[in-house]
Order: sequence, then structure tokens, then C-alpha cells
Amino acid sequence: MGLGFDIAHMLAGLMVLASFLLLYQDRLPALINVLRLHGFILALAVAWQAYIQSAPHLYIAAVIALAVKALVIPGALDRIVDRLGIHREVETVGGIGPTMLAGMALVALSLRVMLPITAHADPVSRQDIALALSVVLIGLLIMVTRRNAVGQVAGFLSLENGIDLAAAGARGMPLVVELSVAFSVLIAFIVIGIFLFRIRERFDTVDLAALESFRGERQ
Amino acid sequence: MIPLAAVLAVPLAAALLLALIADYRLSARINIAASLLAFAGSLSFLFHRPAPGALFLIDDLNVVFIVLNTFVGFTTSLFSAGYIGHELESGKLTAGYLRFYHAMFQVMLFGMNLALVAANIGLMWVAVELATLSTVMMVGIYRTHAAIEAAWKYFILGSVGIALALFGTILVYLAAHPVIGSGAAGMLWTVLLAHAKDFDPALLDTAFVFLLLGYGTKVGLVPMHAWLPDAHAEGPTPISAVLSGLLLNVALYALLRFKILLAACPGAIAPGPLMIALGLVSTLLAALMLYRRRDIKRLFAYSSIEQMGIIVFAFGMAGPLGNLAGLLQMTMHSLTKSAIFFSVGHVAQVKGTQRIAEMGGLTESHPLLGWTLVAGVVAIAGLPPFGIFTSEFLIVSSSFSHAPLLAALLVLGLLVAFGALLLRLGGLAFGPVRGAVGPVRASSAPIFAHLALVLLAGLWLPPPLVAWFRHAASLLG
Repeated sequence: MGLGFDIAHMLAGLMVLASFLLLYQDRLPALINVLRLHGFILALAVAWQAYIQSAPHLYIAAVIALAVKALVIPGALDRIVDRLGIHREVETVGGIGPTMLAGMALVALSLRVMLPITAHADPVSRQDIALALSVVLIGLLIMVTRRNAVGQVAGFLSLENGIDLAAAGARGMPLVVELSVAFSVLIAFIVIGIFLFRIRERFDTVDLAALESFRGERQ
Repeated sequence: MIPLAAVLAVPLAAALLLALIADYRLSARINIAASLLAFAGSLSFLFHRPAPGALFLIDDLNVVFIVLNTFVGFTTSLFSAGYIGHELESGKLTAGYLRFYHAMFQVMLFGMNLALVAANIGLMWVAVELATLSTVMMVGIYRTHAAIEAAWKYFILGSVGIALALFGTILVYLAAHPVIGSGAAGMLWTVLLAHAKDFDPALLDTAFVFLLLGYGTKVGLVPMHAWLPDAHAEGPTPISAVLSGLLLNVALYALLRFKILLAACPGAIAPGPLMIALGLVSTLLAALMLYRRRDIKRLFAYSSIEQMGIIVFAFGMAGPLGNLAGLLQMTMHSLTKSAIFFSVGHVAQVKGTQRIAEMGGLTESHPLLGWTLVAGVVAIAGLPPFGIFTSEFLIVSSSFSHAPLLAALLVLGLLVAFGALLLRLGGLAFGPVRGAVGPVRASSAPIFAHLALVLLAGLWLPPPLVAWFRHAASLLG
């Protein structure tokens, strides 16, 4: 126990906090900045796990997290927003109050679910997994409450960060897994980028309400 | 190692090669040749299997899936060669897009084959993700409003599903950790299964919920099915055939593997009832939704949801007979549904539309095409003498003995779907001719091959095949 655990839990807790920040951002550049912060905290959390688990391979995972999640992807998102000229767009997130309450309920739920069942698991992993599940669930909530394609992408990426946190917390998880997950996130992001441009090209907006008018079967 | 290379390295190498070739006729041929090689490689697994390693595992269960996967992959590449020529002429696709299409086709086959032979649950997850992302790109390839909307929906729902499955995978590793210890061994099927009896049951239960939701999204189970009809309807038809015939099976295979793991842990919940419930809901709702369909590809996409519901129900019922019936139904559905999509692809190209209201009297205007469609729909509706009748009969009769009420509900779903399919078939195949009546130039050989196999299975199942399936079913517990 001791300080090592406390710092690990603090970093995981900070990620949950950053997820809450993401939840109510209504301007895209601010949203992307918080996402960058999310990625930074993730990299720190993974590096700290590497230190307390004495697992050198996790340092590599931390560097990858820093490069991909904190630098490359937010940077690319910034450029996409710039190129699409949507940095001034304000989006309706739904009531901030109810959304925040729902977020808190999700955190409570994930602690309630994960802590009892991981009683026999590694004590470091235990709380990390519970907090990681909170980040995953809040990521889902962000995706649900957004009307804008970029907003949904931000939710998806924060969800992936939560899973990365869980993988780092699971002691001795092979590096190959983290490498390939990072790789697939990168590929996924390329797909996202391509489609954002296509949506813009076809619909003149990345507001998903425009997509929905084409939903289902046309007469 | 050579067959394994044929199944994995050939598609990968072909994808790279196809990305470089501009002539679409040549690349269609290379696509066929690569798919044939992979199929030949998978057939050799029937006689000789490589020893299980740290990355790959071939056992009696996944051989069924691999052979089916590479076979339908091969026939689809044949169908696709005829199909894309027409798309190029009608200007829906350009030569550049066809290059991309062929490369992605092989990437997709590579991803699915890798998911099936992976011995490591992490590797399997990555492979399913790869197959998903490549199909997302294919669904959006026409770049119409509807195609982009379908691809985005598929991407978002598919990614969330896959992400939940990854969380479940990490939880399985965590459950195994106190018993197996650190390192890659904690993610190997063989090691996991050998130690499953000592795992923490509560953690394994939670992991299974995530895996069921995650991979279940990719299986197309209600209520996570929303991506499926759009993705089937708006992409190129060869991709619809592969999605229904193969990708759903790959996700199902992942689910079945984890089900075996749960069954080996005495304290864990029984996965059966969860699967039965999801399967029944999917069957019933999809059967009802069949009535409102106006788009021919959407109609058969909903029928895929219904069929996957039946299959998941059968595997949920388990027992030697339930599992055998589930495997048989899955095989028959893959073959029949891809044959139907092949015919539908030809029909939609001739008519220039996918709207059911604008097509009719096919048996009169295009006898060959019309009657193969009739045969396919009769088969998928579960009528004799086709193989789906046999497997559905097995499912219903085996579940009636210990759960008559559930079996009755399943029969209700089957009847509702049966009615909807025959209703639509009546207008499509018979009655007055509607829509364009141009000639069909593409080959119908893949359709005949599939339907002949389904018919053969309905009339006479070869004893070695039955023994093989029975053995695979026994592994499912």
C-alpha cells in the first residue's frame, strides 16, 4: 500500500474528472483541448503503473499513449476542425445538470459493480479497473449526448482511453496487446477522419441530425 | 505451417499487391486466386493441423468456421468479379475505388481468418476490429448520403461494441491472473480453459456480460442490431453477402469461445439463459420487422438478424443436440444467405433499384434468376427439402423436450418470418413483370454451388460430416 497506490488512484481519479470536463464542453476547440488533457493524464497514469509494477514494457505503452492519444490524435482533430471551418460551432449538449447527474450515477454504478467482484484481484488493479469502467461509461454517455460527429468521436476516444487505463492496471498484460490496441485506435482514427470529410462533403455539416433525415427506408 | 500461411499470409500479401494494380479485370482475377488459395489451405486443416502455438490454434471447433469462411470468401470473390464490372459501367464506382475495394476485400478476409485461428484472446480482438474497420470502409464506398450515414452508424455502434468486448477481454485476463500469473499465457485459450475451474466466478460473470454485449453487437442481436440493416443495404452487394455470411459468424465464434470458458468454471453463471433470451428477442422482433420492409437488401438483412437469433438460441439451449443444430443452422444460413444476396445483387443491377415495389414477376422476365431467388427464399424460410429445415427441426425438437414454452415462442418467430418472406416473394417472383428487364450477364455459378450444398444437406447429410459436426458440438459443452 502507501504512496504508490495513492498516486495511481489519484491519476485514475483525474481521468474520471477530465471525462466530466468533456461531458459539458460545448465548443469544439475546448472539447479537443480537454481530450488532449485526458490523453496526458492517461500517459502519466500508465507511466506510474510501469513504475509501481516495475514493468518496463509499460513505459513503452506510456510513450505510445503520450504520442498517439495526447499529441497526434488531438492535433489531427484540431486540423480537421480547422479545415472544416467548424471551430465556432456551438453544440447543444442537453441540460448540463441532468448530464452531470447521469455521469455521477455511472461512476457510482461502476464502483458498486467492480469493487465487490474484484475483492480477490490484485489491489492495484482493483480501483484502477473500477475507475476505468467509469471513464468507459462516461465516454458512452458523451457519445449519446452529442449531436455533432466530432463530439461523438471525442466520446469514443475518451472511452478508448478508459480501456487503455484498464489494460495498464491489469498486472502483467502483454505489451503486444497494448501496442495493437494503440495501432487499431490509430487506424480507427484514420477511418474517422476520412468519414468526417465525406460527411461534410455530402451534407455540408457534421451535425448528425442532418444524417438522420436519410435514415431507414425512403419511400 | 504452409496451410496456415495460405489462410493468413496469402490474403495479406494479396491485399498489398491489389493496392498496386490499377487494372480491375486483373485484380478481380488475383482476388479470386487468392481466395481460392486460402480455401485450399483451410481444407488441408481437415487432414492435418499444426500444433497449437502461442499465436495460432486450430482445433475441431474453429475448423468448421474456417472452412466455411474461406469457402464463402472464395465464392463471393467469384460473384464480385461479375458484379463490379457492372458497377463500373453504370458509373457507381470508378477504377480507383475498385482498386481500393479489392485490397480491402482481402484485408477483410485476412481479419476474419485471423480472428478464427487466433489462440490469444487479445489477438482475436484485434482481428475482429480489423475486419470491422475494413467493412466500414467498404460500406461507405459509394459515398452517397445513405451510404455515408450507414457507414457512420456502423462505425460508431461497431466500435462501441468492440470496445466493450475489449473491456470484457481485460476482465477475463484479470480473472485468470491470480491463477495463471502474469504474461501472455493468461490470454491463451488452451491455458485459460485448463485453469478455468479456479477462476474468480464473479469477475468472469461480469466479463461475460461485456463480451456478450460487445461481440453480440457484431452478431447483430436485438437491441444492438441497428447498424446491420443499413450496412447491408447501402454497401456493395458482395459485402452484404460477406457481412451476413461470415462476419456475423466470426463474432459468434468469439462469443462461443467465451461461453466454453464460462461453462468450465463451476461458480460462474450459466451463459445459456442469457443467450436464449437475446436469441428469442432477436428472432421475434426481426420476424415482425420483416413485414415493413420496402428495400430488398434490408429485407434479407432483417432475415439475417432473425437467423442469428435462432442460432444464438440453439447455442444457448446447448446440449449435444442443441450445439449440433446451432452449428448446422449457422453453416446453412451462411450458404443460403450469401446465395440470396448474390441473386439480389443481380436483380438490383438489372432493375436499377433496390425497392421491392419496383420489381416483380422475376420468374417470367428472368427465369434463371427468378427461380434461384425462389429457391433461396424457400430455403431461408425453413421449408423442406433444404438444409435449414433439417437444422430448424433439430433446434425445435431438441428444445421442446426441456423447455416447451421457449420452443413454442421460437416456432412463433419462425412462422411470422416465414409468412413475411413468402408474402414478399410472391410479389417479387410471380405476378406481373415490373421494372427493367435487361439481360443478366454475370455468372450464376456461385449461387448454384451454395444452393446445391444446402439442398444436399437437406436431403442427405454425409455420415463423416455429421460425425465431424457432432465432435465440434461436443467441444461446446
